[in-house]
Amino acid sequence: MSIYLPIAEMSVDVFLILLMGGGVGFLSGLFGVGGGFLMTPLLIFIGISPAVAVATEANQIVAASVSGVLAHTRRRNVDFKMGIVLTIGGFAGSSVGVVLFTFLREIGQVDLLVRLCYVVFLGIVGSLMLFESGRAILRRQSGTASRGKLHQHTWFHGLPFKMRFRRSRLYISALLPIGIGFFVGILAAIMGVGGGFLMVPAMIYLLGMPTSVVVGTSLFQIIFVTANVTFLQAVNNQTVDIVLALLLLTGAVIGAQLGTKASGKLRGEELRGLLALMVLGVCAKIGIELVAKPDDVYSINEIDGFGL
Amino acid sequence: MISLRSSFPWLRMPLFALAVFAILQIPADAARDNALVVDLSDDLIGISTGFTGANVLLFGATDGEGDVIVLVRSPDSRVVVRRKSRVAGIWINTDELTFDDAPGFYQVAASGPVADILPARLLEANQIGVDNIVFKPHEFLSPSEEQVFREALVRNKQRSGLYGESVGDVSIQGGRLFRTRLELPANVPTGEYTVTVLLVDNREVVSRSTRQLSVRKVGIEAKVTEFAFEQSLWYGILAVLIALIAGWFAGFVFRKV
Repeated sequence: MSIYLPIAEMSVDVFLILLMGGGVGFLSGLFGVGGGFLMTPLLIFIGISPAVAVATEANQIVAASVSGVLAHTRRRNVDFKMGIVLTIGGFAGSSVGVVLFTFLREIGQVDLLVRLCYVVFLGIVGSLMLFESGRAILRRQSGTASRGKLHQHTWFHGLPFKMRFRRSRLYISALLPIGIGFFVGILAAIMGVGGGFLMVPAMIYLLGMPTSVVVGTSLFQIIFVTANVTFLQAVNNQTVDIVLALLLLTGAVIGAQLGTKASGKLRGEELRGLLALMVLGVCAKIGIELVAKPDDVYSINEIDGFGL
Repeated sequence: MISLRSSFPWLRMPLFALAVFAILQIPADAARDNALVVDLSDDLIGISTGFTGANVLLFGATDGEGDVIVLVRSPDSRVVVRRKSRVAGIWINTDELTFDDAPGFYQVAASGPVADILPARLLEANQIGVDNIVFKPHEFLSPSEEQVFREALVRNKQRSGLYGESVGDVSIQGGRLFRTRLELPANVPTGEYTVTVLLVDNREVVSRSTRQLSVRKVGIEAKVTEFAFEQSLWYGILAVLIALIAGWFAGFVFRKV
């Protein structure tokens, strides 16, 4: 059964979209990530223009994060104060990101920027995760557990505007989470992702937050960042396809529930290792596309009227 | 309402006579001006939720022997053609040329190879064939460069099924009746299309007739697009609200799982 997407201006198979939503939803439930970094490239792969894919995926992530946050709130795993501070930076960052996106779209470099961001950031995060989980697996097998300090004290602990974050057991400068929120916000807007795969490591390694509150708090701020991206993309570029977003989230919601159940069957470090491999896989695929000679070095883009 | 003619039947006769007189007045070289009668099975293609492309039957009659050429053309739009080249190992858009008036959709159908039906001069004058579409470049480039970008535009359009020459698709029965099927793919641009039918005899265009074909979104597709473009502020707010509610609902439904 096919359906014509009004904003993407193309006809797609409903079951294909539901399946994509379900598959990515399953993985996001399994690994506790948003899945935007998988879904946006998939949407582009089936022929949806990058501008519509990025904006619509932001809209879908709003829904996914809300249901995620509800689950984490019930387990008291959300540091709302930290979430709000991150959101302040995230709002500003994602607004800058949308403006940058619109500008690059006009000069024809948006594809390049999106792809470069994917390669660079997925490459870094994937490698770090793979390394870390590999070490954890080896450590478990050798049976020695080492304990380190809660976090290292560095120059950014000397910054002004210190705030106390009770649930995270931190007393740090508000500038740090605002800065992180800002940076991740820019990338979320450009890449069409929630940014959890960057936010979570930043919270653990840069802010020193306890891992129990990291995912819930990250999801909490992702709601606001992706809502901001959705709104700004709709106003500036008219690229949010509500019909596509609804189809994706229907599949994603069901997939995520199944994924969450399945995640109980695997160890944490094994999950992280698998996720790292997947992240690196997407990174490699996009990287190859950047380096390989395209079939036709010429491409066209409509300027006037609807569509792109 | 009662018309003048029906209340005064005698008025009809002079009008009829006048019409006959007018026909007789047509000069000899344009004598086949009404030699072509054309119609379409639909004059509106509605893009609705289930749209996967459309098919319009074009049919008509001629007053005698001749070949038929059909041109389908959507409104023009500005198109930018970009060229990638390798910079530091990766492929980047480095050059571009904008054309101001490229039709979004362009198809030719004819009762035979167009090159055999009309001389090149007339094919060019009537913009018949993808190589004869007139594109006005927005920037100045050398003629050879311009030609390369022109060809790239046509090639990209052909690849997405929007430009084409389905030669030999017009069938003629008994030398008088002709018909062809105009195929519109699912990715057709919207707008008021012009369908031009040319009757060719002896390598000359002897008659021409045009029909309008409207391609537009209808129903919910039209509503969503209109809303997104004309009330984009509210559309953005609604998109966020729908996502918030859907997410909350999903969290609520699955809270026990």
